[in-house]
Amino acid sequence: MAIDVQSSPQAVPEADLVNDFALMVATKNGSGSQTSNLVLIRTLFKMGIPVSGKNLFPSNIKGLPTWYTIRASKDGYIARRATTEIAIAFNQDTAAQDIADLPVGGVCMIPQDWQWGRSRDDITWYEVPVKELITQAEVPSDFRDRIANMVYVGACAHLFDMPLDIIYEALLDQFNGKEKPAKMNYDVIMLAHEWAANNLTKADPYHFAPLNLTEGKILIEGNEAAALGSLFGGVNVAAWYPITPSTSLIDGVISHLNLRRDPETGKNTVAVVQAEDELAAIGMIIGAGWAGARAMTATSGPGISLMAEFAGLAYFAEIPCVIWDVTRVGPSTGLPTRTSQGDLLFMYFLGHGDSRQIVMIPGSVAECFEFGWRSFDLAEAVQTPVFVMSDLDLGMNLWMSDPFDYPDTPINRGKTLADRGQLEGFLEEFGEWYRYRDYDKDGVTYRTIPGVEHRQAAYFTRGTGHNDMAVYSERAEDWVQNMERLHRKFDTARTLVPQPIIDHTPDNPVGLISYGSNDPAIAEARDRLAASGIQTNYMRIRALPFAQAVKDFVMGHERVYVIENNSDGQMHQLLRLDIAEDTTHMAAMPLGDTLPMTAQWIFDEITARETN
Amino acid sequence: MTTRNRTNDLGLTRADYKGGKSTLCPGCGHDSISNHIISVAHEMSLPMHKVIKMSGIGCSSKTPAYFLGGSHAFNAIHGRMPSVVTGATLANHSLTAIAVSGDGDTGSIGLGQYKHLMRRNVPMVYIIENNGVYGLTKGQFSATADEGQVLKYYGRNDLPPIDLALEAVIGGCTFVGRGFSGDSKQVQALLKAAISHHGTAVLDIISPCVTFNNRPDSTKSYVYGKDNQILLHEIDFTPQGFVPAREEITVDSYESGEVIEVEMHDGSFIRLKKLSRDHDPRSRSEAVRLLEEAEREQLFLTGLIYYEEPRPTLGETLEIHSTPLAQLTEAHLRPSRETLDDVMKRFM
Ligand SMILES: Cc1ncc(C[n+]2csc(CCOP(=O)(O)OP(=O)(O)O)c2C)c(N)n1
Ligand code: SF4
Ligand SMILES: [Mg+2]
Repeated sequence: MAIDVQSSPQAVPEADLVNDFALMVATKNGSGSQTSNLVLIRTLFKMGIPVSGKNLFPSNIKGLPTWYTIRASKDGYIARRATTEIAIAFNQDTAAQDIADLPVGGVCMIPQDWQWGRSRDDITWYEVPVKELITQAEVPSDFRDRIANMVYVGACAHLFDMPLDIIYEALLDQFNGKEKPAKMNYDVIMLAHEWAANNLTKADPYHFAPLNLTEGKILIEGNEAAALGSLFGGVNVAAWYPITPSTSLIDGVISHLNLRRDPETGKNTVAVVQAEDELAAIGMIIGAGWAGARAMTATSGPGISLMAEFAGLAYFAEIPCVIWDVTRVGPSTGLPTRTSQGDLLFMYFLGHGDSRQIVMIPGSVAECFEFGWRSFDLAEAVQTPVFVMSDLDLGMNLWMSDPFDYPDTPINRGKTLADRGQLEGFLEEFGEWYRYRDYDKDGVTYRTIPGVEHRQAAYFTRGTGHNDMAVYSERAEDWVQNMERLHRKFDTARTLVPQPIIDHTPDNPVGLISYGSNDPAIAEARDRLAASGIQTNYMRIRALPFAQAVKDFVMGHERVYVIENNSDGQMHQLLRLDIAEDTTHMAAMPLGDTLPMTAQWIFDEITARETN
Repeated sequence: MTTRNRTNDLGLTRADYKGGKSTLCPGCGHDSISNHIISVAHEMSLPMHKVIKMSGIGCSSKTPAYFLGGSHAFNAIHGRMPSVVTGATLANHSLTAIAVSGDGDTGSIGLGQYKHLMRRNVPMVYIIENNGVYGLTKGQFSATADEGQVLKYYGRNDLPPIDLALEAVIGGCTFVGRGFSGDSKQVQALLKAAISHHGTAVLDIISPCVTFNNRPDSTKSYVYGKDNQILLHEIDFTPQGFVPAREEITVDSYESGEVIEVEMHDGSFIRLKKLSRDHDPRSRSEAVRLLEEAEREQLFLTGLIYYEEPRPTLGETLEIHSTPLAQLTEAHLRPSRETLDDVMKRFM
């Protein structure tokens, strides 16, 4: 693959290789190849083979190169792989590099019409007459270009043993059960399959074979999972401004809106508003959160930048709302279609100073769903904005997962005095109610919402400059007291956020720390490290602020590596900031190469550092 | 009993509608507008717990602290109050939003949100306390300052003004009025109608900044306003449930066309009695022409500039539930376990 800086040609053994390799399709953006690629991955999934798909696409609508890599792994590893054994080189602009990147013994499928010639003699070549086959197929001419991609599906089916009936099922899924388009595509697949059977001689060792490892599992993108989670979490207002890679999250909310349509009245219990920009989007959700609704937005780095002022206000005015940051690389003219974990520090400190935000960090599609609903409970329990940091890889690629668990706790509205009765009850118990007075000594105070019919319910909301009675104050002591309470609240939040997941064997000196979508690569790397004699413990951080367990893990190991997908080692910096003790035994291991992390890189890096 | 001490339908006196003590400069036009709001809310017997007071940043935006102490308030960020109101009214459509902004808050940093707000027809009263300067940051020109105007410290303003009422008319706002903070009668009539309006109602109220922009040659000064205000019409507001004195109108031999009567969405009536000029606020082109003429000739025309049969509000367009979204409970907020199972099957 042209931009895979890590791949280095390596020999492939001769014996049959079953269900343990990667296949990459190179096409042009907008050529309709996504349907073919999804049919391929769904077919493998339906065959019971653990799969993962990575879409590497340009910031472009039509014409620029795009690569889709499907990894099959009988061992269930779903991280991106550094090497791809099979290249479906269907993009003339990148074919030279795509072919050059293949390992010795790899496979290249290429359109015959190009008359490319065989530029390498250490790989297997399959030339497929795409134009000719498409002309034979009885396809309306305006569909021809899009359907041309079905040719490689048919040829792959023959060469790598993918049953046609399962391919048809996958096609039906892809077209939402509509037989007509499924049939039209299937005809081309059959033609290509038949041609391949009659004309191609299998000369490579790669095969797919049915397994039973995906039974009962689902295949879903993180953004859609997050959308579903939000809908099951009771979102009422979703305001947004389109930006890759977060767009499909709100698209998911819209496409599943029927889940939250009141069957009796047909009316919506969720309002989705496409705002004029991210500033307006966050303003809307802050207004909605203040007025007692569950409100969310989804964006990416550039949008987060625009939200800074409002995020600061909401932090100090203590207004619950949920902000998904599906992270990508750099500014708008950076690498908007590449993955990154580079927003971590920015999100954490977003505001105008002296603010630290809560950040939840899902590491799987199941957690995208879970944090989707849990984020609202957390936001209301702590009365503060909650950021959820996903990334392009997690959000926009298909992931295999167990079906999502139904929320195991009822909706928690926190310390909200939502009606007259609740306020009266509070007044009876405490004799008074002031908005920012710390009655429970945990830093989280009681709030009323507009509309509560009680003479004492109203309060004046402003960012700063208030005392604990929500009265305007410029007294230094009032400010200091408020900040002390916010610190108390922050410590409370440490106990309420998702706790880290720790895999720990006593006396193991090496601890790996990571977060988010790096998880599958780390799991795989740890297996390989263990096999080569390096035993590691592992902690996956799932939220900021850090729980006590995070610190314990860091201090409980002789050597700690903080593995993350950004250039600055941002989590490493945060850990050093948060832990007062000497942490020189904790090393940064940042990558930030714009691609999903691979086990190979982690393996190589840890091996090198541990054997030094 | 004077109006001030009279109790209204809710048993409240005017004093009950007050807020905290103002911290603005004595004589600031903004304080008069706060007083108009207090009077109107009292007269209309507004239940304060059903009102939200919203604002951006500026001297003007501070004023919600000085009226309707029994209402929730949100002092947001500079120029972005419209989005906050949008969210709040979606969360609870049963609330009456009264928002205060300044000419800086609306005309510069907030111009984008201002336009998009009315495009969406968010139900609210949007009051611009227009003084031609940034009061709170000590007197810089705002975008509504007159071309050629000179201020002691900042010198000459060489750029043409933005007319925020015109922006509203063009922007699809269905209720646009202009007033003068010193004219309580007209401002209060406009306020009542605006509060009864179904959708965004913009009131551009000239509100002198006594500290930075009150020289008689400034069109935003008291003296200028008092000497030059031209009332488009006399506005009479009849609240919902009261029958407007229609017979009176005909019997009193007003020529036809001289009284325009508008029935509002909630059943209240606005009656406009012609004074100096012919202006039918129901015509958008007339409204635009009027405002352009006012700018060209430097005429300080006040009254109801534009009124349109209201479009659906944002919440109506989005077909949201009749129960305020903020009050829905778990049964409405979380689909069932079986529903999740069904959804999961689709991804298998
Ligand atoms: C983002 C941001 N930039 C600048 C300011 C500083 N600031 C405060 S009020 C104001 C101008 C207010 O002018 P206007 O809306 O006309 O209100 P007035 O004080 O005249 O009533 C400015 C620029 C701010 N609060 N926030
Ligand atoms: S500076 Fe001007 S606008 Fe601000 S309070 Fe004083 S008079 Fe009013
Ligand atoms: Mg001003």
